[in-house]
Amino acid sequence: MDFLTSLFSNFWVSLTGKLLLVALMIPLIGMVIGYAEMKLSAKMQARVGPYFAGGRWGWAQLIADGVKFFQKEDLIPDEADRPVFKIAPVLVLVSTVAILVIIPFGPGLIFRDLEVGIFFALAISSLSTVGVLMAGWSSGNKYSLMGGLRAAGQLIAYELPLVLAVIGSVMLAGTMSMSGIVEAQISAGYPYVVLQFIGFGIFMIAALAELSRIPFDMPIAESELVMGYLTEYSGFRFLFFFLAEFANMFSLSAIAVTLFLGGYWLPGIPEDVLAYAGPVILLAKTFLLVFTMIWFRWTFPRFREDQLQSLAWKWLIPLALANIILTGAFKVYL
Amino acid sequence: MTTTTPTKRRVFPGMGMVKGLWVTIYTMFRTIFRPGKYLATINYPKVKETPVPRARGVIALDQEACTVCMLCARNCPDWCIYIEGHKEEQAPSTPGGRVKVRATLDRFDIDYALCMYCGICVEVCPFDALFWSPEYEYSETHMGEMLHDMDRLQGWLETVPPDPELEK
Amino acid sequence: MVLDQDLVRHLSESSVSVELQTEDMTLNIGPQHPSTHGVLRLVARVDGERAFDVQPVIGYMHRGYEKLSEVRTYPQITTLVNRIDWVAGYANEVPFIVAAEKLLGIEVPERAQFIRLILTEMARISSHLIFMASYPLELGAATPLFFALRERERVLDLLEGVTGGRFHPNFNRIGGVKPAYGSGSSTRKVIQDLPAGFLAETRDAMDKVMEAVDELELLVADNEIILARTKGIGILPPEVAAAYGVSGPNIRASGVKFDLRKVEDYLPYHLFDFEIPVGENGDCWDRWHVRLLEIRQSVRIVQQAIDGIPSGPLQAKVPKVIKVPQGETYVRAENPKGEMGYYLVSNGNQGPYRLKIRSASFSNISILPWILEGVLVPDIIAIMGSLDFVLGDVDR
Repeated sequence: MDFLTSLFSNFWVSLTGKLLLVALMIPLIGMVIGYAEMKLSAKMQARVGPYFAGGRWGWAQLIADGVKFFQKEDLIPDEADRPVFKIAPVLVLVSTVAILVIIPFGPGLIFRDLEVGIFFALAISSLSTVGVLMAGWSSGNKYSLMGGLRAAGQLIAYELPLVLAVIGSVMLAGTMSMSGIVEAQISAGYPYVVLQFIGFGIFMIAALAELSRIPFDMPIAESELVMGYLTEYSGFRFLFFFLAEFANMFSLSAIAVTLFLGGYWLPGIPEDVLAYAGPVILLAKTFLLVFTMIWFRWTFPRFREDQLQSLAWKWLIPLALANIILTGAFKVYL
Repeated sequence: MTTTTPTKRRVFPGMGMVKGLWVTIYTMFRTIFRPGKYLATINYPKVKETPVPRARGVIALDQEACTVCMLCARNCPDWCIYIEGHKEEQAPSTPGGRVKVRATLDRFDIDYALCMYCGICVEVCPFDALFWSPEYEYSETHMGEMLHDMDRLQGWLETVPPDPELEK
Repeated sequence: MVLDQDLVRHLSESSVSVELQTEDMTLNIGPQHPSTHGVLRLVARVDGERAFDVQPVIGYMHRGYEKLSEVRTYPQITTLVNRIDWVAGYANEVPFIVAAEKLLGIEVPERAQFIRLILTEMARISSHLIFMASYPLELGAATPLFFALRERERVLDLLEGVTGGRFHPNFNRIGGVKPAYGSGSSTRKVIQDLPAGFLAETRDAMDKVMEAVDELELLVADNEIILARTKGIGILPPEVAAAYGVSGPNIRASGVKFDLRKVEDYLPYHLFDFEIPVGENGDCWDRWHVRLLEIRQSVRIVQQAIDGIPSGPLQAKVPKVIKVPQGETYVRAENPKGEMGYYLVSNGNQGPYRLKIRSASFSNISILPWILEGVLVPDIIAIMGSLDFVLGDVDR
């Protein structure tokens, strides 16, 4: 034990360990959430879902899909802009991975406790917008171009409600550091969603839009634009986007859980148990939110682009601003 | 006259979406906990649905009954039945009797790559030589193997079900 | 310094406008596309998201039915004609056979007419359920697809039990429905009447279809997103619809109460009690809702017909080899997609001299350049889907 602690107190060893852990988590989370989506969507549609891969439960379906994607031919269209085409999926995946760094899995169980945790997370997640636009533009395909432009408009429009919704929680906690926010909720005794339900709702809607999931699925719009900005991607490049979507679902849900639902804390659990039970509680709450996202995806159709934009600019932003004003008043007078 | 007035059943804004969410979630729970009644799919290669007796799966041939009259080949809309036959003389049944001439089949092929499964050939055959059978699993990897020859068609005869009972 | 009044007025009236030089883009939607119901190609000139000139290009699926009919006999054409509107297979055969029977002047027995009517209404339910499945899918909702197709399987199983084929029943013969297999004097005549258990299964299936329609209505009808995507989109005024020859649920959704089942007598619809759903505004939501209500009315008709099937022969007395006498006639019927008509010219042979097919979807999509003027690209998909056409019907 002492050898391990002394080993990991070395900066470089612990850094490598953390990098490996994050790198392993992303495909694992992606596969688990992907499998959950396939099975849950199947049950909502009165069918079985993956069944044959891996015994009766089909748990190996996504592993099989991953292997399938890897062995496909790397097709780059002739008219595509090659460097930009190749970098775009990497950017989208990187922005997802970076968010995982600041999520507190337990008291002290955090990859890097930044003082400006939430600010960093939101800033890095906007890199995915650039990645999507690069993907749409460089594909050399009119459908991809339309998808990419729609994505640019949508993602930029929904950055604002995402950021503004978070501010209420930050104001209540008084700090931008993620573990600080959880500790503020622990000391307050209630999760912030009790006061910040408007902010929570806006954050979840804006998160769905940032992920380009139905009902905000216009950039992909499978029935209209074939696959939108993803049309020309195949093989492992598509796998990056695919994994990035599921991992991003996890990341944004984890941020929502930390900011609004109390993170790794449940009322009534003593502090020392939280060190072990914390990650489990966080994962349970995150999967609850992920389930809600899956539920919404398979029930609703998609909004049209201008309806999407008017929802963001005319409804969500004024609501978020009103939320901030109310939270400020609450903080000052109470 | 029924008019399609928009349903005034929305009590609060967003109620339509809540109703949709309710339908999806109860379907999910029903499919997970009572799959026997609510699961809509069967696990095909391991569990097979039996088709109804009248299902038009494949056509079976009874070579003994065929007299090479060519009615089926002539009436097929696709001309996918290929028949060749020759006349054989049979010995007279009583000594000094007439030599009977009987037509026998050399070749009777149905090309299932062309067949439209319409059943006209089975319907016009005057000698009960063709039958429908509900077998459907005979897909091949090569198009040429979709031409079923005489013996293969004779083999399908075992799968012909008895006639279904009729509604009173 | 006092601002000059003229200057102030000039400043307040002038505006700075920077005209962006944009080029429009020619977007080719289809022929291979998830939402065009087949191989329809739309050449759309779009400016950003707004399309201002959409021209459909059809003919990718032309199979030459009318030419094929010149060299085939009537039973063979019955087989081919199923495949025009493949979603509602049975409904395509009926007007063709009725046209031949009109020229021959024979009367179809009652039981055969009832069976034809039941199967036609099942074809209508089947076609509208496909619409219920595919239209929300084009708008983005994936779940109604499975609910609607699950119910459609029940109807197809019923069709298969009677006729032997799910999509292409081929069950009509001149003079009635198919009487039996085997046509020789000593053959074992497998009578093709309704199989045992058909009535009970049909009642059960119709109940389940009604429940599923209620479930689909709950899932889709009031959904705010569906309303935002389809209300007020693609409004089709009744005069324009009538001018272009649009028929079926499309024109009924625009408020015109016109249903060939009440006008023509190719099948005994006058014996049954059913309503004709009519829409108010003629937008996409109305077209969807009219078809939903039509499924309910079709179920009503089937339930009434099941309770009152007369017994009797399945086919009138016709000679073995049927030669339709010389003459010409036009019979039109209410296909699920609209009005389908057959103009039959005969000169006394075993097959027609000329068969002209007036298909519903061909006239329905002739309205596309008019209705898609100046709409956004997602609305193109919503409007096209709501017209419910099938390319086999368009191109024949």
